[in-house]
Amino acid sequence: MAVLPKPRGPLSEELVGRLVAGGKVAPLAVEPGSPEDAALSLWILYELSYRGYAEVDDRLEHDPELVRVRRRLEDDLEQRLRARWPGRPDVAADADFAEAFFAMIEADDGPSLARFVQREATADQAIELLQHRSLYHLKESDPVAFALPRMPVAARAALAELQYDEYGGGRPERLHAHLFAEGMAALGLESTEGTYVDQAPLEVLEQNNAMSLFGLNRRLRGAAVGHLAAFEATSSLPCRRMAQGLARLGLPEEVRAYYEEHVEADAVHEQLATRLICLPLIEAEPDTEDDVWFGAWTCLETESRVAQHLLERWGVA
Amino acid sequence: MSGQGASRASADVIICPGGPLLLRGDHVIADEDGVEHTTTRPISAVCRCGKSATKPWCDGTHKAIPARNRP
Repeated sequence: MAVLPKPRGPLSEELVGRLVAGGKVAPLAVEPGSPEDAALSLWILYELSYRGYAEVDDRLEHDPELVRVRRRLEDDLEQRLRARWPGRPDVAADADFAEAFFAMIEADDGPSLARFVQREATADQAIELLQHRSLYHLKESDPVAFALPRMPVAARAALAELQYDEYGGGRPERLHAHLFAEGMAALGLESTEGTYVDQAPLEVLEQNNAMSLFGLNRRLRGAAVGHLAAFEATSSLPCRRMAQGLARLGLPEEVRAYYEEHVEADAVHEQLATRLICLPLIEAEPDTEDDVWFGAWTCLETESRVAQHLLERWGVA
Repeated sequence: MSGQGASRASADVIICPGGPLLLRGDHVIADEDGVEHTTTRPISAVCRCGKSATKPWCDGTHKAIPARNRP
């Protein structure tokens, strides 16, 4: 169960009140007071589909009024993300998909938080980053799990294979989200979901909401696996840098272990996600190709915004 | 876009152009020095570029070397 975040404006305030009050939710006419209020409200509603909250009735996940509000907020988010997307890269019709995909990733020149942690970050900055990362890492692989039954046969088999590894290969102690929780505990941080949502800036909320948007809507299954492939393809080398940075700062072994595990795991997953998930999906359902690219680009773009925001706030960008 | 993803999907050994070799299932790999390494994942990636810091496993380093020098 997650902790209910503190409201950040009129809509999140009203939502938290209605959620705790329980019962059928009456029409809710409150407008978000700011982009942060809207993003937090959407995060709060999405959480009903993951772990839920101790003080909230689980049946509210599909309350018609809350579904209406969620739909409106996610439509706004999707429109915003699509408006930022420059469109599918210009690749030759006979080009190899994986090659074109990795080329797009390589061309990304967004700022790197991992490089900063590796060389310069203070322990406080690294810990703040881990707190922001916890929003996703504590539900690692969960958003795209919703896309699993929506994949055609070959892509479904490969996604299940990838997720079997993400979820520990049958061993709870190896489940990636659990490894991260252990790292947080070793640092003396809270590993209950939602704890650090209160500190999360707009960019982090939006990054997480985008993954839920793609995972929870069947029509966006292409974006869900495109996002996954880009995430995996930007993970191995940055995770090595993170592990080195955390070692430089003398942070506990458990938190480094999480990143060390990802160096090798994601070197496998990036190949799987690109060649055996995205490509077979596109082959079976060509209409999904645009969204595969859109999802991948959104992964890079939302991470770049998070990095820019944090590096600016730390006075290094 | 072309590719042979679907047809390659159920192979036990998959060669990734410019990248590692994917190995599906449980295997023991002997490295150059004869040291044996046991796979620990449903699919493992074996380094082909020779530059991995975690050989015999791939760690993504092939991406940091010029494209013409990749396997």
